[in-house]
This record gives sequence, C-alpha cells and structure tokens, in this order.
Amino acid sequence: MAKFQSLKEAVAENLREGDTVAFEGFTHLIPHAAAHEVIRQGIGDLTLIRMTPDIIYDQMIGMGLVKKVIFSYAGNPGVGLLRRMRDAIENGWPRAIETVEHSHAAMANAYEAGAAGLPCAVFRGYRGAGLKEVNPAIRSITCPFTGEELAAVPAHRPDVAVIHAQKASRRGDVLVEGITGVQKEAVLAARRSVVTVEEIVEDFDDLHPNLCVLPHWTVTSIAQVPGGAHPSYTHGYYDRDNAAYLEWDKISADRDLFTAWMKENVLDRGPEVFAQRVKGLHE
Amino acid sequence: MTSLSDFTPNEMMTIAAARALSNDDVCFVGIGAPSAACNVARLTHAPDITLIYESGTIGTAPSVLPLSIGDGELCETAVTTVSVPEMFRYWLQGGRISIGFLGAAQLDRFGNINTTVIGDYRKPKVRLPGGGGAPEIATSCKEVFITMKQATRGMVEKIDFYTSFGHGEGGNHRERLGITTKGPTLLITDLALWKPDPETKEFTVVSMHRGVTRDMVQETCGWRVRFSERLEETPPPTDLELTTLRELQARTERAHGGKKGT
Repeated sequence: MAKFQSLKEAVAENLREGDTVAFEGFTHLIPHAAAHEVIRQGIGDLTLIRMTPDIIYDQMIGMGLVKKVIFSYAGNPGVGLLRRMRDAIENGWPRAIETVEHSHAAMANAYEAGAAGLPCAVFRGYRGAGLKEVNPAIRSITCPFTGEELAAVPAHRPDVAVIHAQKASRRGDVLVEGITGVQKEAVLAARRSVVTVEEIVEDFDDLHPNLCVLPHWTVTSIAQVPGGAHPSYTHGYYDRDNAAYLEWDKISADRDLFTAWMKENVLDRGPEVFAQRVKGLHE
Repeated sequence: MTSLSDFTPNEMMTIAAARALSNDDVCFVGIGAPSAACNVARLTHAPDITLIYESGTIGTAPSVLPLSIGDGELCETAVTTVSVPEMFRYWLQGGRISIGFLGAAQLDRFGNINTTVIGDYRKPKVRLPGGGGAPEIATSCKEVFITMKQATRGMVEKIDFYTSFGHGEGGNHRERLGITTKGPTLLITDLALWKPDPETKEFTVVSMHRGVTRDMVQETCGWRVRFSERLEETPPPTDLELTTLRELQARTERAHGGKKGT
C-alpha cells in the first residue's frame, strides 16, 4: 500500500547500503530529485541498474556511492560522454567500479522478465556482438520447438525501483504519461519502489482507461516533488533543460569543479529547489 | 575545395543519405547524422515515411531535430508511443523495421561498428558510450544504412570492439551466425556512397560527391579503398533539399538554445 512521505523519509526507509537500485526514466521522467536525496543521505556501495546512466549516475558515481553499474549506454544523451563514469572506469576515481554492460534490448527484456517473475529473459540478440565475449551474464538458450539459438540474460530484480511520474491520486495510484520507458517494468520487478510525482490529485476518474497506471498496492512510497525530474523533463509540465545537459559536460570534466558543484547544488540543498529550477521551462 | 563552395560536404552527406530512404520505409533512427537525414527525407520526397526512435515513439514527425532520442516533441508528434520493452520486442525483434540507420565512431570495410571502447575493453584508452540499441538494430532490421564523416581514425583496418555486427569477416559470415537480415547495404559519407560487394561484402565506392577525387577518399580511409568499375558522381543537392536541410537546422538551433541536435 503506497505511503505518502517526504522524499527524505521515503529514501531513508527504502534504500539501504549495498542495495541494488534502478532509477529509471528513458530521457523523460528521470528521477533526479530522488537521486540527489540518496547522495545527501550518503547511501553507498550501491549496485545501479539503468539503461542510460545519464547525469544522475554520473553524479552518484562521482560521489563514490557506487560499486557496480549495469547499463546499456553510458552517454550524456545528445551531448557526448559521461565524464565521471569514465573517470571511474579509466582511472578508478573516486573508486573503481565494476561494470556489467548490455544492449538496450537485453536491458528492456531483463526488466520485463523481472516484472513477469521469470528468472531470465530470452530474446533474439547479441548475434555477432562483442559484448557477449566480455559479459559472462550473456548466455544462450536453444528453443525446444525450433532449435533456434537465442540470447538469455538474467532478469532484473532490483531491491528498489525509483521513478518520477506526473501524478498520484490520493489513494496512491500513479500515472505515467508520454515516453513511458521501462518504469512500469522496473517497479513491478523491484521489491520496493519510491515514486516522486509532480502533483497529487483527488482521483483518476476522468482519465483515459488505457493509460499507464501503477495501482497503489504496487508502490511502496510516494513523495510529491514538483520539478523532480529536472534537468530531464515531465511531459505536460516542463521541457527538458538541454542547456543544463550541455553545462554538465563542462562541470563533470573537472574533479574539483564537480565536487564544488555537488556541494553547492546537491549537498547543501533540499528537494524544494527543483520547483524553482523548472520555472521558465514550462510548456 | 572551391567546387563545393555552394554546399558543404556534411550537407551533401545528409542529403545523399536522405535520398536513400523511400516513402514506404519504416526506419529506426539513430541520433545525430541519421536523424537529420531521416527528417530531410520526410520533409522532401518521403512525407509518409515512418520514423521510429528507440524511446518508443512510432511514426514521429518532429519540427526540429531532437537533441536526444527521447525529446518530448517525438512523443507529441508520434502516431503512438509504446514502452521500451515493447519497442525492442514487438517492433524491432518482431521484424517490423525495414531500415536501421546508424552512425559509427569506428567502422571497418565490412560495416562492423564500434561505439564501445578505443583500446582494450578491460583497460580502455577511451570509454565511448557503448551500443545502446545498435547491436540488435544491426541484426533485426531488414537492412542497415550507415552514415559517418570520413577520417582515418574512424574508418579503420580493424575495429577495437564489435559493438554491432555488419558483415563480420565478409562473405556469408552473417548467414553462418544465423542472421537472416541483409545487414549494411549502404554507407553514406561526406565524400562518397559505398555499397558492399555482392560476394566479398567489402564496402566499395559506387559514387563520389561532386568535386571529390579518389585520392581524397583514400586519404581519409584507413583501409585500401576499392572503387567500382562503374563509378558515378552523386548528383549535387537540389535547391529544395538544401533549403529544407538548412531551415531544419536553423529551427533546431533556435529550439535548443544555439546548439544543434547532434
């Protein structure tokens, strides 16, 4: 049953040192405010799952909270490379991280298998691809009916899924609209979930019947954080802050600049700053 | 290159790539150069082309080039937007996509692509972003077009990592791995159009853009270039193609605060 809490309480109650956590959102609805709360609480030794690590994992890696990343595209979307993640991989700063690399298809299938309660995902993939030579979690399986050899990867079963969404109803049902990514699968695959939302409304009675809604009994904690996806975006609320993504390329290029930025903009702030950050980005 | 003074090699590359697409295509669009080409095609000779971005947007028609594959406008203008697992399972793996359009950091003569690492995977000299959707785009789309600017560090004798499989070591290598799709059938660069040899599958220059010489193609390519016996000249951009591309880029620049969506 979904519990309405402050973001601070929701993170403290659901995330533990050493957990496997999926912060999802495919370019859209990336839960930045929740990631910043985890950084403020200093919850470390995390295994992070995410298709595109994006700025949030760059920040968590750069702050030394991460021991392992399971991912499929380590870029700053539309800009270039993730410089903190690169520094950890290439130079072990601030600590070495283990990486488990997949393709998007494998990651999406692994989330779906997790949501479906299966131990592994089976799909037609990785043919001729170098990743299966370097990632022992990529195996193959023979179709018992046709004999076709297919790829198999373990299902994602995170301890916690963290997502950002448009709305929750007072009962705790959660609405995700626009590019829905893998958030539904991530929440259903996880043991616990934390959802930040733009707003809380009375009920969902006037919604289209086929919208993506996570019923209240599938969600652990809900925190209202207006602007909580910034600099990612929330469809219907505010646009992607492309300038901030470009700016990150400069901030993350230098360890000292990064550390100072994190102190000023994350450690010394609270979730309430996000509402300010999206002013001027409204559609 | 005074003979190219009225259009740039990059513009020629984008327009030549756009021309390769038809109205009936269902195209899985990579970000950057492929995205520009696909949208120029849609805005000129292929208004009904179906453009699909891996974020789940099907049949999208953005007015500006997206900065990322998940920009809001892709969803707002799409026929439908599906979840990412559905995108990769039903639409890509299901065999619904006719063309996969990819860019490349490193490419070899058989259309194998590396966007993962420069150097050794475990001790990379440069850690690149990685494959994203590309490994399966390369094998599940009916055919693959590749577009990139020519440079010796990009077009190499041997790639450091097989992110996406092209024709492997050439010949029937795809078939031997049980891959039933055609793989790379066209490479569009800023200097030329290349097609795989029907037997060896090695990319062969079939057309050079106006003002380009064989030396220019060879000097910017890390393997020994083969030229077709019937080498053609790529028709230069028409006024409509150039205007469409330039207006698209100008709109994009305004929308993304002075930065192009590449």
